[in-house]
Formats: sequence, C-alpha cells, structure tokens
Amino acid sequence: MRAAHNVFYLGGKEFRSLIRDPMLLAIILIAFTVMVYAAAAGTPETLNNAPIAVVDQDRSQLSQRIVSAFYPPYFIPTETTDPAEADRGMDAGRYTFSLHIPPGFQRDILAGRSPAVQLNVDATRMSQAFTGSGYIQAIVTGQVNEFVAGRREASAPPVELALRALFNPELNTSWFAAMMQVIDQITLLSIILTGAALLREREHGTVEHLLVMPVTPFEIMASKVWSMGVVVLAAGTFSLTVVVQGLLSVPVEGSIMLFVFGATLHLFATTSLGIFLGTFSRSMPQFGLLLILVILPLQILSGGVTPRESMPGFIQVLMLAAPNTHFVMLGQAILFRGAGIAVVWPQIISLALIGSVLFATSLARFRKTLATMT
Amino acid sequence: MNGPGCQTPQPVVRLHEVSLRYGRTPALREITLDIPSGCMVGFIGPDGVGKSSLFSLVAGARAIQSGRIEVMGGDMADEGFRSSVLPRVAYMPQGLGKNLYATLSVFENVEFFGRLFGQGPQERNRRIGELLRATGLAPFSDRPAGKLSGGMRQKLGLCCALIHDPDLLILDEPTTGVDPLSRRQFWELVGGIRSNRPGMSLLIATAYMEEAARFDWLVAMNEGRVLATGTPHELLERTGSDTLERAFIGLLPSDRRAGHRPVEAGHRTLGDEAEVAIEARDLTRRFGDFTAVDHVSFSIRRGEIFGFLGSNGSGKTTTMKMLTGLLPASQGQAWLFGRPVDPHDLDTRHRVGYMTQTFSLYDELTVRQNLVLHARLYGIPENRVSGRVTEMAERFDLIHVIDTLPDALPLGELQKLSLAAAMIHGPETLILDEPTSGVDPVERDAFWRIMIGLARRDNVTIFISTHFMNEAERCDRISLMHAGRVLVSDTPAAIMKQRNVGSLEEAFISHLEEAVAQESPEAFPKTPQPPEARPPESEPSMAGRRAFLDLRRLLSYSWRESIELRRDPVRLTMAALGSIILMLVLGYGINMDVENIAFAWLDNDRTTLSRDYTHSLAGSHYFDERPPISDHAELNQRMRSGDISLAIEIPPGFARDAARGRPVEIGAWIDGSMPMRAETVRGYVQGIHQHWLSTRIQRESGAATGLFDIETRYRYNPELESLPAMVPAVIPMLLLLIPAILTALSVVREKELGSIVNLYVTPVTRLEFLLGKQIPYIVLALLSYLLLTALAVFLFRVRITGSFLALSLAATLYVIVATAMGMLVSTFMRSQTAALFTTAILTLVPTIQFSGLVDPVSSLGGVSRIIGEIFPATHFLIIARGTFSKGLGLNDLQGYFIPLLIAIPVLIGFGTVLLRKQER
Repeated sequence: MRAAHNVFYLGGKEFRSLIRDPMLLAIILIAFTVMVYAAAAGTPETLNNAPIAVVDQDRSQLSQRIVSAFYPPYFIPTETTDPAEADRGMDAGRYTFSLHIPPGFQRDILAGRSPAVQLNVDATRMSQAFTGSGYIQAIVTGQVNEFVAGRREASAPPVELALRALFNPELNTSWFAAMMQVIDQITLLSIILTGAALLREREHGTVEHLLVMPVTPFEIMASKVWSMGVVVLAAGTFSLTVVVQGLLSVPVEGSIMLFVFGATLHLFATTSLGIFLGTFSRSMPQFGLLLILVILPLQILSGGVTPRESMPGFIQVLMLAAPNTHFVMLGQAILFRGAGIAVVWPQIISLALIGSVLFATSLARFRKTLATMT
Repeated sequence: MNGPGCQTPQPVVRLHEVSLRYGRTPALREITLDIPSGCMVGFIGPDGVGKSSLFSLVAGARAIQSGRIEVMGGDMADEGFRSSVLPRVAYMPQGLGKNLYATLSVFENVEFFGRLFGQGPQERNRRIGELLRATGLAPFSDRPAGKLSGGMRQKLGLCCALIHDPDLLILDEPTTGVDPLSRRQFWELVGGIRSNRPGMSLLIATAYMEEAARFDWLVAMNEGRVLATGTPHELLERTGSDTLERAFIGLLPSDRRAGHRPVEAGHRTLGDEAEVAIEARDLTRRFGDFTAVDHVSFSIRRGEIFGFLGSNGSGKTTTMKMLTGLLPASQGQAWLFGRPVDPHDLDTRHRVGYMTQTFSLYDELTVRQNLVLHARLYGIPENRVSGRVTEMAERFDLIHVIDTLPDALPLGELQKLSLAAAMIHGPETLILDEPTSGVDPVERDAFWRIMIGLARRDNVTIFISTHFMNEAERCDRISLMHAGRVLVSDTPAAIMKQRNVGSLEEAFISHLEEAVAQESPEAFPKTPQPPEARPPESEPSMAGRRAFLDLRRLLSYSWRESIELRRDPVRLTMAALGSIILMLVLGYGINMDVENIAFAWLDNDRTTLSRDYTHSLAGSHYFDERPPISDHAELNQRMRSGDISLAIEIPPGFARDAARGRPVEIGAWIDGSMPMRAETVRGYVQGIHQHWLSTRIQRESGAATGLFDIETRYRYNPELESLPAMVPAVIPMLLLLIPAILTALSVVREKELGSIVNLYVTPVTRLEFLLGKQIPYIVLALLSYLLLTALAVFLFRVRITGSFLALSLAATLYVIVATAMGMLVSTFMRSQTAALFTTAILTLVPTIQFSGLVDPVSSLGGVSRIIGEIFPATHFLIIARGTFSKGLGLNDLQGYFIPLLIAIPVLIGFGTVLLRKQER
C-alpha cells in the first residue's frame, strides 16, 4: 500500500518535470506527428520511379514493344543505343537497371536461336534491385511470349495469373511506413525518457535525497517506468488514431485496444531497458552513446526495415531477445492482418517475459549502483 | 586589511537606473550607483536582494534589460566595447567552483583560462606557478578540481580569475561554505594581491559581516534597491551601531527589522540518564586508499544540539551520510535510537530528517509541490498534507514564494525550503549538513530560533554542521573535525577555556593549525605568499587583440574539450567498440534480398499439369514450401497468423481447361502487410509464371531450347553478398549518428552544469567557442572512420575499388557536417534530455528512411524527397558506394562533394547565430 502510494506520487513528479521542459514536449509532438506523416507521405511505392536505361540495338518491332512496356510510375525509362552511355549512367547512380537488347534479337527469336538479353542491376541499391529485376524479367518474358504467340501458330496454354495482395490490396507502402514510424518512436522515446530521468536525478543529486526518505529503489524505478510509459503510450495512441488513422487514412484492421495492450507490455520492457542503460552510464554523454549502440540494431533488425526471414539465422535468433522484434510482429499482425489474441498470444507472452527479465535485471543493477550515485 | 585608499576620480563602474526582472519578479529596481575605482567594495544584504544579478550584469554575463551600465568608461550594452573590456575583467560566480571543470586538474583549470586570454606557454606557466604557490595549491596541482574541498575550489577559482591580471575583479560570495581557516587564508591572499596591484578594483558580495567590516567601501542592498553606501565606519556612525551586523539591521525598513531580536540559546547539559539518540563508535570510511573518516566516535542525547565543525573536506559530510545509511561504513558502527543503522530500515527513516549540503530538491517542482511530494512520501495522511505544508511554509516564511520554482530563488530561501522539507514529517532527529551556508544574518537567526525551539520544546535531537562560529556557540556541544578525525569534543565554553582564548574562532584555528602542522607543513602555508609584483609591461596581453577569429582562444577550447574526452575512457571505448559491433551486426543483418518466403498450395486440380506448375515454384530458392492448404478458410487463417506470406490456388479443372484452350486463372494471394516484401514476391511469382509459360510454348512448338535468355548481372556486387553491399552504407550511418550525439550534449551540458558562464565573461567569441569544441570530436570521428574502413577492408574483406583519397576527403567533410549538426542542436536546447532526443530523431529517421539506404532518394516523394536531397548522409552514401563498390574516383563524384561543402558553413553559421553570448 505504502509502496503503491510512493510509486504513484513519484511518478506524478516525473510528469511535472516533463511539463517544465516545453522544448522537449514540442519535440515529442513533432516526433509523433510530423515525422510519422513525413515518413508515410514520402515513402515511395516499392517500385516507384525506378530509373532504367534500355539499350535497343535491335530496333525491331519486338524490341520497341519491350521498350514501351516500361512506363511511369513504375519506371523512368531512358532509351539509348549506346551501351557505354548506359554504363556511365549506372556508375554515377543515374540508373538502377540497364537492359541490353542485342542486334538481331527479334530475328534470332523467330529463328529459334534463343538469343540473350542482358539485364544489369545496380546491386548496391538493394531494395530496388531485387524487386525491380523480378518485374523486368516478367515484363520482358511476357512481351516475348505474346509476340511469339502471335507470330507462330503454337498456342500456349492461356493461363493467367491473378495476383491479389491481402490486407493491403494496393501495396500502399505509406501504411507500413507510418506504422513502423510510430513503433520506432515509441521505442526510442521510452528508452530516452526513462534513462535520462534517472541520469538527471543522478547529476542533480536528488537520488541521494530520495534515499534518506522511506522510499525504496524499487519504488523509484517503478515510478519512472509507469510515468514515462504512460507519456509514451498516450503519444503513441494519439499518433496512431489521429495521424495514422485520421490524417493518413490508413485502415486499421484489428483492435486498437489489443495493440495498446501490446504497446503497454512493450513499454514495460523498453522503459526498463532505459533504466538499465542509465545505470551503465555516469553522465548524459555516455548514455547518449549507449543509446545509439542499442537503438540502431533494435530499429533496423526488428523486422520493420527488412523482412526477418531474410536475415541470417544467428541474427534472427539474437533479435528474438529484443522486445522490438515481438512488438513489430504483433503490430503487423493486429493492425494489418486484423489478428486477434488467438494469433498474437505468443508475442504477448514474449513481451511480458522480456519485460520482466529486463525489469528484474535493471532493478538489481540499480540497487547495486546506487552506492556510487551519491 | 584596509588597502590603499580609494581613488575616486573616475568610478570603475557606473550604474544608471538599472532594472532587471526575471519573468514578473523584479530583481533590481532602478539602481543608480557610482562605484569608486581602486577599492575593495563590499556588497552586503540579505539573500535575493539582487547582489548576484547586479554582478552578472556588470561582468557582462547577463544582458542588460533597462538602464545603462558603464564599466571602465564604456557602455556594457555595446558588444564591441564589451569584447574589448572583458579581458580586463574577471568574474567568479556564486557557488563552489561553478565555472571550473571537474575532470581537469588544478593546473589544467588555470592553464585553460591562461590560454583563453592568449598567453604563451612560457608566460602562462610562470603565472600559474606563482598563483598556485601563492594560494598553497601547488602540492595539489594534479588533483582533479571535482575532488577538491570547498575552500580549495574557491582558491582555484581565484587563481583562474587572476591569471590575466584583471583591473576589475568581481567575486560573488567567494567565502560562502568555506571554513574559517581557509577563509582567513583567502583574505590574506587577496590582500597580498592588492598590495602588488594597487590599481585593481574589487567587487565582493559576502554574507559574513565581519569580513565586510574590513572592506574599503560598502553597498548595502535590500529588495533590489541600494539602502546605503559608504565606508564601514560611516555606516556604523550613521546607524549608531557597534557592529556592522547591527548596522545593517538598522538600515532595513522598519517592518523587516521588527521581527529581529537576538537569539537566546539557553544551553542545557544533559546527563548520562538521558536517552541516546545518535551514537557512533569507531566509524570509519575509506575510498580506495584515502581515509575520509577515521575512527570517529560520539554519542548525542535526545534533545541535544550537537555541532560539527571542521575544515572543508574533513569528513563531516561523509560521517553524516553514514549515519543516514547512504554510505556503508568501512569499519565501526553507528546507532540511531539504539538500533544499528540499516539502509533497508524504512521505519528509522521516518524518524530522521536529513538536509544535504547542496540543494537537492527538485528544480522542476515549485516550493509547494516539493513540500507536498515530501509530505506524501513520508506517508502523511492525505487529509493532513495540505495543512502540514502550509504550516511549514509559514514557519519558514516561504508563503510569499510558495508557487515559485527553486531556480528563481536565492540560496537562503533554498536552504529554508530544504529544511522545511526535512522537517515536514516531524522527525525526532535532524541531521543538517551546513544548513545556513549562504544565508544572510537575519534569516540565520530566524532559522536558529526555530531549531532551538524544536530542541527545547519538542525535544528534537539536532546534529548540525556549520562554519559560523556564532552558530557553533549556540550548540550544546561541538566536535572539531579535521582530516577525518575528531580533534576535540566538548561544550563551546570548555573548548575556549582549554585553549585560553577569547573566541571560539581563535580556538578553532589554533586547533586546526596544530593539526595541519603535524601532517604536512606545506599543504596549508601559514601565510600565503602573494604573487611577485610584475613589471607593468606584462599588463593585459589580450587587451588589444580583438580578432574576428583568434586561433589561440579557439584552440584553448579544443584543448580543454579533448582533455575531458580523454579522461572519459568509457566514452572513447564505447565510441570505438560500439562502431565495430554495430558494423558487424548491421552489416550481416541488413539484407534486402527477400528469401525463404513461406508459401503453400491450394491445389484443387491435382493433375500432372498442376504438379508441373507447382514444381516451378517450389524449386526456387526464394521460396520455402509449407504443408498444402485444404480450403479457403485455412488459407485465410494461415495468412492472418503470418504462417505463410504467399498462397497459390490452382482452380479445379486446370489441366482440362488449359488443354482445351479455355482461359484459366491461377490465383496468388500475397501478404501485403509488408509492402516491400510483397512487391518483391509479386515480381518473383510473375517471373516464374512467365518462365513456366515460355517453357510451355517452347514445348508445344517442339523447340529444343528456350525462346530467349535473360542474363541478369548484379553489378558492383556480383555475388549479392550482404557485407559488400551494406558496409558502404553502415559507415555513413555510424559516422553521422555517433559524432552528432557526442557534440549535441557538449554545449547544453555546460549550460546545465554552469560553466557556460566562461563563454559569457571571457573574450572568446561564439564562433571560437563552437569551432574549438567541435575540433576534438572531428578528430575522434576521423579516427573512427579510419577504424571502420580498416575493419571493412581487413576483417570483412570488402575492397575499396575506387579512390581511397576521394573517400577520405569526403569522410572528412562529412564528419565536420555531422559534428556541426550536433553542435547546432546543442546551441538552442535547454536540457540534455531534449538535446539527446532531438538529435536522435533528426539523425536516425532521415538516415534510415530518406538517405537512400533502402530506397533511392530519386524515388522518394514529397517532404521525404526534399529531406533526402539535402541530408548529408545521402551524398556521402553515394560517395561511399561509388568508391567502395563502383571503382569511382574524385572526378566522377565531385558533384556530391558540393552539398557537403555548402552544409558546413550553413550549419556552423546557424549555430553561431543561435548561441547566446549573454544570459537573458
């Protein structure tokens, strides 16, 4: 009872501290509105404006068919006859792809000599490279198939492929970007706020003052966890409902309540992580460095930037220990695929587990380092 | 110590109708005052009357709001004049060593100021040597300033102020919180310096009236106004008082005077039969090989006022911390109310009130909020909290500031607030660590009346440490501490009697000198030697130097920042080791190739043809086949749970219809929740479908080979390995984030810790300050660039196929930009938390999303495109990929250098404009 009382009042104090820093409040607001909006509005459709150079040395009916099959907004085609020009363009990063149609291509096809077209892909531009090359191959093959089917009497089976994307029929990337941005900001802010709140007390000598009062380390830590968690949760929910659902009109499939519940568990873990990092640093600059070291892998390898299944096995396993990974899975499942508790329970359990372990470890470290803080 | 008499032909400082307000609170009200030159001028008055505000205005640390201030004949509102006069002024702000740098040694602190004033090494070292010898700090020249005692810190502050031979020396309460011996030495030192530099003017604020009595000229202030000026003698005559303390009280308006009457201590002696409240036996505390408290024993009876006296750093605070359980004892034991001190014993904490030496309540809570929080944490029932808070606020005369933030309060009010907080729960014992330090005489008396009342009436035990001898005399018993040991412990009267002296101060100093003489005669020279008189030609070496950019001043900041960086091995290791770990994890982890996509069939046909179709997909390494699906419900369920990302449905009668030439449609469902992956999958599926079709065509037409081939070549990374693709992308990311975060805290940190005042009051310009601080971080970032590149080439075997020179040149520009970004954030942020978060947001998101790391900038749209185009990481990323993977050189990439070259002056320029050279 007394503990709950103390945790409550100490948490209230954290709110007051936050309100005294209008600059910080402004930045939090910007992070959850402007940054989310910008990320969503600006992220391209996956294959958008992919610059391609088509070197047409054949100048035949077929080659022209192929050239005209590349059109905006998917591709920005440039037609040329000079392979050297295309090479220079690729070096300078002007083109991601260059497609070389050799002289006599149409003739050789019709003669059944099986000629080859050459597709050069800038492999340093990873995302476009992989998505685009699949498309280009499909487009070229399609054009050739149609052309040949028309010329020869050979009738291919009229098999059509009907592709449908579930949950996001237009493969609208802004939906994804907006949601991932909310998740990233939740993680980043919760770690910074709690860690900094601890270091601030340490740098200003107020921890010492708390410790002569009937207040335990558990209460100090729990008060920061709950208060900062509430701030971030409020900001995140606001961002999700007002910015993502409202301004960006992203349809949310599943239950927001369930997502908020998941976010609460996630915050339990990340705020504890913030305290944990705080106990490792003696000053704010050290904390800043630690933060970067932790946040980069958390954000990039959680499955929010590139698909998890494409990562090397050991990274996949390693990242299972990070709360982000589970939160991203849970977020994608609930918000896009409309999954319910029956589907996301493993993530919920994982988050609760990781949170408890992080909280317990941080508390142990916090107790241990208290002696050096005064 | 009356120095040479005041020469007043030309006042050194003239104030004309100077007013200042903080928000709505007025601090100074239309002050008009001429301060004579060549004098030691004292400012006396209670806390919060505007002495410090006045000093910061005169020193140029704070911008003038209204009125006119002339210092040495020029207008302080004029920036040009200010920069020419600042080299002749030295300012030591209030608070122990606030403008010093804790991790720098004594010598380095003084050296920094010497460099700042442009002194060459030879001149500098000579001056530092003289000053350190004179102040007795020479034996401690290697000790970090943060580890000095209060008195030593003040001496060091004085050395730093005197290094450039100022004509005007402004000392704001230099002896507050300093023990009598050190205080005496401090004034002897100042006296010595004055006799060598008779022209120097001193402005000194002090809370000690006996000090003020020895000054040449006094300014008595109250509530932002000047009450009276004149020599001490004149003030005594005017008020008809015998002591300055009385004279000051006589000068006060009658309503303030009314509350004041002498304190009656009413000593009492408690016999052995009285209950023991606090007891210590052989209490010892060691830090490493340094013994802070050495076998201290005492026992304090209930209701007794027990005084703890001693020089700074003698172990008083450490002893008190051990009693409260904050610090475990290395040896010996202490008891509170007969129970051994136990840090986990929450009950005992309810019975004790503790007040720390430095203000340690919450700056961000108002007086009332602080008191309410304390009341609640001590478990006072909710319905009594507000009554109790009001009661304490009334008792300590805090009602008029009840809704003010502590930042806006003078030291004395803060001390009262701390005491009120320590007493809010009505403890049986109070442990007070220098509670009256910095509090004016009137308030101190009021304070003591409360404590005596508590002890006598409520039988509260009070354990108090103090530097004021008149306070010590009010204690029932006192202990003198020095170097961790108790020298003597008895009633004040007995101590004086034993030494046969007339005052407690003399007895105290005599004990101390005896103890000091025994251990290290040179540590505290009995009479400090004033620095030798210098020939006049070494007069202010910087007075004429007013360059736009002075390299020496700039480098003095670089020098200091790099020392601080070097003293923080944790930061250095993290910067280096962290980069390596991140490069490994990210290099292996980021893989844009979409592989192992889980998919399953819903084959409603089950013919040879349908199986032929399925084989075409299952054979690809991009796909990972899962157990087949039996119906639509299962398809939906498995997609929703994320078990599969692709489902292919082959309709019933697929083979039959295809053979008859009827149109057939194969359905493919892709999980669209991750669009990038979905898009790639779509491309793959279409490609494989078309391939299957051409194979059919070719089989139908009986050709032996395929219609045509597509030879796909992945340029610059033919094996599609992750590392060669990612390393050139990870390096720009790390070279931006880490340096930016490091510099982002560098300025705002000085703001939080107070040393920013050195920028305000020294001739260093804003540009010099920023560039100077930036340089060490640029060097650090370049080292980290070399480390990362070496790691990439030698460990990861990623070759640099292009020009290393181009890469290095670009990296140099890039890290300058990265550090400048951090500096820019740092100039306008108020708190470290805000600076940290802002920098993280401003660098992380654009680097990951908009810089071309994942999607090329050319395919971004809207705001992101604009951010991407101007974001420095975009351009360095292209250069890094060009030089690492594409074999390009300076000529091919020159266009990408231009944005970096533009960014540098723009960012630094903005930083310079946004940084303030004066506090507002």
